[in-house]
Amino acid sequence: MSWTLATPLVLPFLVAVLAFLTRSGPAGRWVSVAGNALLLVASIVLMTRVLDHGVVAAQMGGWGAPFGITLVADYLSAVMVVITAITSLAVSVYALTDVGGRKEHLGYHALFNVLIGGVVGAFLTGDLFNLYVWFEVMLISSFGLLVMGGTRAQIDGGVKYVTLNLISTILFLSGIGLIYGMTGTLNMADIARTLPQVENQGLVSVIAMMFMVAFGVKAAVFPLFFWLPAAYHTPAFSVSAVFAGLLTKVGVYALIRMFTLVFDGDVAFTHTVLLWVAALTMVTGVLGAAAQSDMRKILSFHIVSQIGYMIMGLALMTPLAIAGAVFYLVHHIVVKANLFLIAGVAERITGSTELSRIGGMYKSAPLLAVLFFVPAFSLAGFPPLSGFWAKYVLVAAAIEDSGWIIAAVALLVGLLTIFSMTKIWAEAFWKSHPEGTNPALSLMTQSERRHLLTPIAALATMTLVIGFYPEPFVTFAKDAAAQLLDPSAYMQAVLGVPS
Amino acid sequence: MEPLLAITIGILVAAAVYLMLARNVLRFIFGLVLISNAANLTIFVAGGLTAGAPPLIPAGAEAPVDLVANALPQALVLTAIVIGFGLFAFALVLMFRAYTTLGTLYSDDMRVAEPRPEPKDAP
Repeated sequence: MSWTLATPLVLPFLVAVLAFLTRSGPAGRWVSVAGNALLLVASIVLMTRVLDHGVVAAQMGGWGAPFGITLVADYLSAVMVVITAITSLAVSVYALTDVGGRKEHLGYHALFNVLIGGVVGAFLTGDLFNLYVWFEVMLISSFGLLVMGGTRAQIDGGVKYVTLNLISTILFLSGIGLIYGMTGTLNMADIARTLPQVENQGLVSVIAMMFMVAFGVKAAVFPLFFWLPAAYHTPAFSVSAVFAGLLTKVGVYALIRMFTLVFDGDVAFTHTVLLWVAALTMVTGVLGAAAQSDMRKILSFHIVSQIGYMIMGLALMTPLAIAGAVFYLVHHIVVKANLFLIAGVAERITGSTELSRIGGMYKSAPLLAVLFFVPAFSLAGFPPLSGFWAKYVLVAAAIEDSGWIIAAVALLVGLLTIFSMTKIWAEAFWKSHPEGTNPALSLMTQSERRHLLTPIAALATMTLVIGFYPEPFVTFAKDAAAQLLDPSAYMQAVLGVPS
Repeated sequence: MEPLLAITIGILVAAAVYLMLARNVLRFIFGLVLISNAANLTIFVAGGLTAGAPPLIPAGAEAPVDLVANALPQALVLTAIVIGFGLFAFALVLMFRAYTTLGTLYSDDMRVAEPRPEPKDAP
C-alpha cells in the first residue's frame, strides 16, 4: 500500500504545475487552496494508517531496500506531515489576500507548493541522499519566494540567506559521501544497522559533527543562525509565516532523525555538544529578540530561541525529553506561523510592524488582540496554553535527568520570552497609535477579513485545543519518542528483516 | 590515486575557504563553486576508486563479469553537479541583482535588512 505514502508527496507537485499554468488569473490561488485541503486529507489518511499499523514503509519503483529509495512514516514523520498540511492550508488561504497580482503572476503559488512538496518529502524519505534532494527542492523554492518582489531589503536578506544555506548544503553533501564510503549504503535504516560495525568510530563522530553543523544551519541553532533574523522579516507575510513555521523545523526534524537513528553510538559526546548548543541557542535567541523593536524581527529571534528547546529535548535523549521535543515541534509550528500571520494583519491596519510607529489595536481591534494573545502567551508558556505543556514536559524531563542547569536556563528563557511578548502587547496593542488613528479591522473589506482572519482563528483554536486537552497529544508524543529511541520497528519496516 | 585526489580536494577546499572569507560576494560565489566541486570529488573518492573498469555488462551476461567501478557514487555526483549548477546560477543572478539594487558587492555595506542602530545624541 504505497499510495498512502506517495500521495502527500506527489500532490503538492501536481498542484504546483496546475497553479503555474493558471498563474495569470485568480484561478491559481484557489487551485492552491484546494490542493492544500486535499493534502490535509491525504496526510490524515496517512496518519490513521500509521496509528493502525505502526511504521509504514514503501519501496519506490519496486527496488527493495537498501537499493531503492524508501519512503517511510513513523509517528514523528506522520505528525509532521499533518502539521505541514495544516500550516500550508492556513497560509494558502491567507495568501488569497496577502499575495498580490504581480507575485501571483511570477508564480508565487507554484513555488509555494513546491516548497511544501520539499518539506513533505524531507519528512517522509528514508534515504539519506534523497533527503539531500528534498532539502534542495525546499531551498531553491524558498530562495525564489524570499526574493520575490525584489525590494532592497529582500535582496539584502536574500544574499545572506542564500550564502549561508549553500554552505550547509555542501557540508551535508560531503557528509553523505563520507558516510557512504564507510557503510556502502544510503538507506538510513541500513546505515543505522551497519554503522556500529565500522572500525574507526572516531571518524563516525567526525561525520556526526558534519551533519550536526549542516542541519544546525538549517535549524538556526547557535552560532549558525545569523541568516534567519537577516532574512525572515523581509518577504511577504505569508512567506515569512510558512518559513517560520516549517523551514527551520525540517532542520530540527533531520537532527532528531539522524541523532536518534544513526548517530546514537557516542551519545556522551554528541549529545553533550547538543545540550550546550541548546542552552546557548535559547539564551542568544531570546536576548536578540529583546534588543529588537520590529514585530517580525522580534518573532524571528524567537524562532531561534524556541529551536533551543527542541534541541534540548533531543540532547537529553530520555523518553520524556524526546516526547517533549516532539510535542514542542508540533505546538511551535502552529503558534509561530500564526504569530507571523497576525503581524501581517497588524501591518495592514496600522501601516507598519515597527513597534514605535504603531499602536491602539487593543481598543480598536479587540478581536485581533485576543487572537494575538493566544499564540503569543502560548509561546511564552502561560498555562493552560499549549506552550506551557511543551515547556513543562521538557523541564520535567531535564529535572528527572538531574539537568538542573538546563532546566534553569529553560525557565529563565521562558521568563524573557514573556518580556518580549509583553513588549509587543504593550506597544502594538495597549498604547494608542502615535498618529492618533484608530486601526480597526473594519478598514479591510469583508473578503479580506475573511481570508486573513479565518486561518488565524483556526490556528489559535488549535493552540487552545492542544492547551486544554493535552493528554492525547502528550501520549502520542510519548509513543513517538518510544519509536525513536527503539528504532527496531523502523528498521524492520524499511529493511523487512528483524534487526 | 586516492592520495593524489585527497590532496587535490584539500587544495580546492583551502582555496575555496580563502575566497569565501572575502568581503566581496562575487569572490564568495567563486569559492562556493570550488568547494562544491571539492564535495563532489569527496563523494567520488569515498565511494571507492577502480581504475579502467567501466561498469558495463557484456552482451548476454546478467551481471558484470570482473571487478568494475562502483556506478552509484557517479550517479550521486551527477545529481549533485546538476543541483549545484542550478543553485550557482541562481546565486550569481542574485549577486548581480544585489549589485544593481544595493550598489555594492561588499557584504559589509549590505545593511538594508539589518540597519546599524542610529547613534543616539549625547545627553
